[in-house]
Amino acid sequence: MAEKLLLIIPVEADGSMPKVAWETVGAVRSLAEAMQCSFDVGLWGQDVLPAARALARCGAARFLAVQGDDFAQARYATDAAASEALARASQATMILAPSTSRTNRIIGGVAYRLGGRADTHAASIQLVDGRLQLTRWYYRQRIMVVLEREHRPWLIALEQGAGAPWAGEPADVTLEWVTAAAGDTERRTQFEAIQQPPADQQTIRPDAELLFVAGAGWTKKQRDGQVHVEEADQIIREFLRKSGASLGGTKSIVDQAGEGGAVLSCMSHMNQVGQTGSTPRHPKGLATCCHGEEPHVVGWRFINERRAVNLDPNCGWAHGKADVLYVADAFEVMRKVNELLS
Amino acid sequence: MSGGLHFVVCASLVPDPLQTLEPVMGPSGPSLKNETMLPAVLDPWAAHALYESAALVKKIAGSRLTLVTLGPKAKVQQVMMTAGQKVAFEFVAVDGSASGFTESMETAAALAEAIRALPNLEMNRLVLAGGWESASRGAGTTLQIVGEMLGIRDQFQGVDEFHVEADGSLKILERLEGGRYQVSRCPSPPVVIGWATGTLPEPPNNPQIGMMNMRAVMPALQRAKTVAVGAQGVRFVAAELPKQKRETRVVKDASPQDIAREIVEWIRGRS
Repeated sequence: MAEKLLLIIPVEADGSMPKVAWETVGAVRSLAEAMQCSFDVGLWGQDVLPAARALARCGAARFLAVQGDDFAQARYATDAAASEALARASQATMILAPSTSRTNRIIGGVAYRLGGRADTHAASIQLVDGRLQLTRWYYRQRIMVVLEREHRPWLIALEQGAGAPWAGEPADVTLEWVTAAAGDTERRTQFEAIQQPPADQQTIRPDAELLFVAGAGWTKKQRDGQVHVEEADQIIREFLRKSGASLGGTKSIVDQAGEGGAVLSCMSHMNQVGQTGSTPRHPKGLATCCHGEEPHVVGWRFINERRAVNLDPNCGWAHGKADVLYVADAFEVMRKVNELLS
Repeated sequence: MSGGLHFVVCASLVPDPLQTLEPVMGPSGPSLKNETMLPAVLDPWAAHALYESAALVKKIAGSRLTLVTLGPKAKVQQVMMTAGQKVAFEFVAVDGSASGFTESMETAAALAEAIRALPNLEMNRLVLAGGWESASRGAGTTLQIVGEMLGIRDQFQGVDEFHVEADGSLKILERLEGGRYQVSRCPSPPVVIGWATGTLPEPPNNPQIGMMNMRAVMPALQRAKTVAVGAQGVRFVAAELPKQKRETRVVKDASPQDIAREIVEWIRGRS
């Protein structure tokens, strides 16, 4: 069957595109080349022109666009309507999108509307012996699966790392305007605000080189028989400030807030990594006071270089999961690290 | 809000996160080795949806909570022995596969059918909830599709807060990248709420609640309709554990100063 590709990208209210979108462009170009087929680009947002100009030389056959104030902010009803309209206008058999909070929220619903199927968190899509094969993880990054699908359209949200970022000079582009439903039904939900912690309290930094993970050991009794939560908090905050690292936490440490245990003020459920948390992507990771059980290891699936500081020489990390395990007191080590980073 | 809300929580079962999982390929696709023997738990994010919804039911007079579960009956019964002790709910079971290697479209169809059949279902009171992703398939698409099948166009995913305001409108906080939240307001149900972790801790076991729930769970399990949930149209080429195993260097007797120096060199890209 001849395939036709469509790349859909939401354009933010400020005219920008998500960072991962550039990688998705690279992945779609490679796929189209391998399949010897064309691809369209579909954009939606309040003002899509800056993004369209930025993508003008990416090799797309057509640039389709849904534009208007109703599409400025993320909202399921209007985002889904825009994606559906772009897909119908393109008549694509495969619809790819960068994996973001905005696209992941709608892709299943849009697939249903189009009579297709959706895969999210795709690590890659490639042509193997003339067959399209998608790779993604199941059971929270514990089992890697390669699959093929008969159903079309096939909607795919591609994760960071699925392709090399495309770069090209902006140019003028001819847009084909597409109309999407944005009536009272789609506008029931109203965007109110984006909430974010103050810059000096922002501990989740997706673009950071380093992920620093704190385990429950930081809040347990230390050698003197006392807990030192305030000191732990201060050491971690100082390290984050000096290193620019992103902060992750194990389930056991973030759950302590709800269980009335000692709490690190810098830690919330948003920081949780692992089986029931996030699986962030950073070049490096440093774990402190964590055990090495499987749910924790899962949170580190996409960390390239891994080191750990732990008092237990038999920690799970010592068995093939970290590059280096330092058997030491994390309080002492991180105090010294902070001194050296000054 | 007069009349309250009807929280319908969709939750499936997953292997206990502490279990080692090993995929095996069969003629109909992959499954987990010894899957029937693995202890199961309520899917973690869906469990948060259940606890948050139960707390809202207590706050909003006239509200009710229904748990709809898709899974093999015997496993569901086992999980309900513990999950059923946490919060009080009405219960509907659908007997079918809870495997991650099934299609969200097929799972959603089974759940939507069960929800449509709920007695006294009023769409204008419906808050359809669940985890924003499962810990099995992990696609985050099932709840979206159930919502679409039920005609619900106000959907929210990665939700940590859900408030019913004095005027009856719904204020929702959804997770965004970088630790941010999007705050949205919807005038009224029906809505789909895919919960992340929320803000509440896991409730302690309460044997009285357990006894009360089990009186409804057992008949519901007996009535459970059996559905075939699979992965039609999908060919699984491979399912395997990650192969990479690292050669870990264990540093035992170094001073904190030396370790700190090595870590800083590494952070700065010099080692």
